[in-house]
Amino acid sequence: MPTVKTLEDLKKIREEALEKRKAKATTGQKQVIVGMGTCGIAAGARDAMKAILDVIEKDNLTGVMVTQTGCIGLCEKEPIVQVIIGEEPKVTYGKVSPEIAVRIMKEHVENGTVVKTNVIQL
Amino acid sequence: MREIALHIIDIAENSVNANADTIKISVSENLHSDRLSFSVSDNGAGMDDEMLAKVVDPFTTTRTTRKVGLGIPLLKAAAESCNGGLTITSTRGKGTKISCWFQRSHIDRMPLGDIVNTFIILLVGYPSIHWIFRYEFNDEMFEFDDEYFKNELGDLPLSEPSILRFLREHLNLGMEAIIKKQYQK
Repeated sequence: MPTVKTLEDLKKIREEALEKRKAKATTGQKQVIVGMGTCGIAAGARDAMKAILDVIEKDNLTGVMVTQTGCIGLCEKEPIVQVIIGEEPKVTYGKVSPEIAVRIMKEHVENGTVVKTNVIQL
Repeated sequence: MREIALHIIDIAENSVNANADTIKISVSENLHSDRLSFSVSDNGAGMDDEMLAKVVDPFTTTRTTRKVGLGIPLLKAAAESCNGGLTITSTRGKGTKISCWFQRSHIDRMPLGDIVNTFIILLVGYPSIHWIFRYEFNDEMFEFDDEYFKNELGDLPLSEPSILRFLREHLNLGMEAIIKKQYQK
């Protein structure tokens, strides 16, 4: 079981994070969806997702929702990552290595520029 | 799959697809019995005897996008090639438990791999599920029950940077502590 110190750390983190979220202007809900079917996992989706979470942690990105989905039937293009920013149409990326995942986070999610090299049409 | 941790994500995804709301993953490394094992148990839809018998067949799957479901058959083959095995128990309407074990010292036994990030990815990717993770090394045990943390965090999403950092540190420290304890004995 966590020690009392851990509990206090957690409370502090919660308060700080809530403050940050309140202060941040809502420019549109950002959602990142990672394909985690067996095909995705075998192709390296977990490492892509790890890279995504690392960027969130290191660049201190609040307000990004990261979720998973199963196989969408494009197994040969896995790992697949989809990005939805606000009301914009969903962008689907294929063959997402951890390096591409970092580019997607920094260029598309943070700066709004789609990473054209890896976009696939569904 | 190159890591047992990746098989664990794959099996846990089956539990998610079965609409479980509580999934328990238990990993055990035991140097005395020379065994590395894990189990994934859920309270999802479960399977009847007929489905249970077919589920190790690669051509059995519940998904509609493809005609094959390789997760369980590949895991079973990997375990059996390491003097191990896989058993599944399930009750329709109650849940399923998959248990898998490998001879830890077997030359073909793939590494356990990045288990901490595996847990974090499941926690963050499926936040509405109650996850319980347990890691045992010989006779020492570390358990993480996400309810405790979710109660403190309220409605704050787990993909917040400070929360991710906290989770990573907590899980890493917890596991390192019990492994260190064993080697100091």
